[in-house]
Amino acid sequence: MRRIMVTPHKQGCRYYFNQPSVLIKPYIGNFQQAFQTFKHPSVSLGMHQRNRCRSQYRCFASQATIIQRRSDFSTISSEDLSYFKNILGERGVVQDEETLDAVNTDWMRKYKGTSKLMLQPRTAEEVSQILKYCNSRSLAVVPQGGNTGLVGGSVPAFDEVIVSLSHMSKIISFDKVSSVLVCEAGCILENLITFLDNQGFIMPLDLGAKGSCQIGGNVSTNAGGLRLLRYGSLHGSVLGLEVVLANGTVLDMLSTLRKDNTGYDLKHLFIGSEGSLGIVTKVSILTPPKLSSVNVCFLACKDYESCLKLLLEARRKVGEILSAFEFLDHDAMDLVLKHLEGVRNPFPSSMHNFYVLIETMGSNESYDREKLDAFLLHSMENDLMSDGVVAQDITQASSCWHIREGIPEALMKAGGVYKYDLSIPVEKMYDLVEEMRVRLDASAKVVAYGHLGDGNLHLNISTPQYDDNILAQIEPFVYEWTSKHKGSISAEHGLGLMKANKIHYTKSSETVQLMATIKKQLDPNGILNPYKVLPSSLLTKN
Amino acid sequence: MKIMVAIKRVVDYAVKIRVKPDKSGVETKNVKMSMNPFCEIALEEALRVKELGLASEVVAVSVGPSQFTETLRTGLAMGADRAIHVEAPENIYPITIAKILKALVDVEKPGLLFLGKQAIDNDQNQTGQMVAGLLKWPQGTFASKVVLDKEKQVATVDREVDGGIETLCLNLPAVITTDLRLNQPRYATLPNIMKAKSKPIKKFTLQDLNIEIKSDLEVVEVTEPPKRKSGVIVSSVDELIDKLKNEARVI
Repeated sequence: MRRIMVTPHKQGCRYYFNQPSVLIKPYIGNFQQAFQTFKHPSVSLGMHQRNRCRSQYRCFASQATIIQRRSDFSTISSEDLSYFKNILGERGVVQDEETLDAVNTDWMRKYKGTSKLMLQPRTAEEVSQILKYCNSRSLAVVPQGGNTGLVGGSVPAFDEVIVSLSHMSKIISFDKVSSVLVCEAGCILENLITFLDNQGFIMPLDLGAKGSCQIGGNVSTNAGGLRLLRYGSLHGSVLGLEVVLANGTVLDMLSTLRKDNTGYDLKHLFIGSEGSLGIVTKVSILTPPKLSSVNVCFLACKDYESCLKLLLEARRKVGEILSAFEFLDHDAMDLVLKHLEGVRNPFPSSMHNFYVLIETMGSNESYDREKLDAFLLHSMENDLMSDGVVAQDITQASSCWHIREGIPEALMKAGGVYKYDLSIPVEKMYDLVEEMRVRLDASAKVVAYGHLGDGNLHLNISTPQYDDNILAQIEPFVYEWTSKHKGSISAEHGLGLMKANKIHYTKSSETVQLMATIKKQLDPNGILNPYKVLPSSLLTKN
Repeated sequence: MKIMVAIKRVVDYAVKIRVKPDKSGVETKNVKMSMNPFCEIALEEALRVKELGLASEVVAVSVGPSQFTETLRTGLAMGADRAIHVEAPENIYPITIAKILKALVDVEKPGLLFLGKQAIDNDQNQTGQMVAGLLKWPQGTFASKVVLDKEKQVATVDREVDGGIETLCLNLPAVITTDLRLNQPRYATLPNIMKAKSKPIKKFTLQDLNIEIKSDLEVVEVTEPPKRKSGVIVSSVDELIDKLKNEARVI
């Protein structure tokens, strides 16, 4: 994403673009000299950068959102620095430019902040001291975990202080009998998975980013992932949290109890709040046992209705061992085969319209195979699928998963991509894809895939280059369509910076008002992850 | 011409191996088992030869306890026509397997015997060579390319050896063991998986074949290799020199 700083007229005004908004187009020619454009790594996607803003550059899925740095936030002073060095020691205060460059940029390289300071506390006490001080000084703060979010929620919008949880990565305890894991928020998900593997357990969530993402961030964004179908969302598996509020209060809700109906269950406020209500410092989570029998099959269907029927049949016949149900369409498969290396089409003889990946996990290999075979035979006999393969070993299973998990990568290699993560009633899900195809016709390729079992569509529009006209055809149509069908404009990625002003498409104004009230109550100065999640208009200080 | 393929059921290639606490062997309970990857390649090659019209039938063969029939079913699902299961205890040494395979070859009389070059659980790389010796058949091991000439009854095999690629010409019947780059095994498609259920698996016992298991080897202990020590970050050049001198003793 290109950051354009408009000097001298409006100090600290940032424009987040995919393409110039209608408002600014007339001014661009005039302010050419005043514009300082930052070359973004993503621009090297073969696009030539020219001085004028109208040139092609990395696009995101929303129209220009003009955000201004809040004038009531302070900037870092030398007293602030000495105070932080005092509580955290020299190691906990990072001002080195190279490191800051990396932590200021999000994973997709769409957003880049200009923070000059990163703090790395080691205990909840230190987090508490940091926040108490920042609150008193009106210093805005961005909590950061693995920085793998896809909506710009983990990086500063301007010069907010980054509070990194990376140095709080201890596993505190694991109880095999109750299967409860207690750990600090900075633990990397993959490390937790490895630790639990030795004990015969697994984490209730799994996502592609597991090598970098941290559990605190997963909890704060209510991460979904591949296992949601089987183990539910984090609202169910998280048993307790330790959270530090904006004024430094350490809220100890770190219970390991499965059942506790004493009062309001406040942890749910923080799960999914994207760091805007408090900083999660410890997590206690219920872990499922590791199951030895894993089966993956990759099926081909001729139409969307067959995919839905397969879903119903799967739930009925293999429901208790079903752990994943993903789908991808013909265009997605085409893209993956074209752009990814080492990917094999399981059905080399023909291309099908839809593909479904089903995974089962159980404790008894022969019993599971029997159930799966019965389900597959029944589905074949009833013409629910035109072809299918069953992975015979773990390597084949990984190849099948690679097809599904490689789609985002293939999309990035194909050129420009407009990404949408939507929750839509399952029966209607593909209607949107077909309408988009009609709208865009030959100008762009519409690719659809997603967690069919969860009703979550990842709609991606692939174009060789970014184009204003194409975007105008997509938005706000996609959001309006989703809203009309009572879906969600962000199924699992969250709102972050990207969709901060889009919440009204999915939530009623009264609901959003109450959210704003809660935010103002917990963070009256608005220092926690500002400019994100809720519309800024609702959070202005009176 | 009939082709016989010997396959083995092993711990899945992608599983992290753990040694049993009593050090008697590797943990195999509750661990994913599947067909040895090299055996898969061997079976795939046999199927390709048949598809070229150079063979009439592919017979998959396995020696082991009853669970081995599951792996044979996979072989049938890939496209083998028949299967033979020799009921035997697990962890038999290659010499015994070779004797069993010889006995089966005497019964079935195939023109080609395919095997994987080695099993990934014991990495012995002996069975193919031993059975060729017992049968007095020519052998082409570590095959990375196989071309059959049906008329001349000759197989041209490219072998991956340490110095490069060696090409051998073998008169049939022959034993060929397969290496990684020979082919990429096919997926088992659903129609074939369903058909496989009705394909026959013939059972033999060791007595049927007049084989006695006499082992002159005993596994005393199985341990993990010593863990690699992690590196140490030194804080100064002096400390580095000190460590190199006194600990590593290299200067």
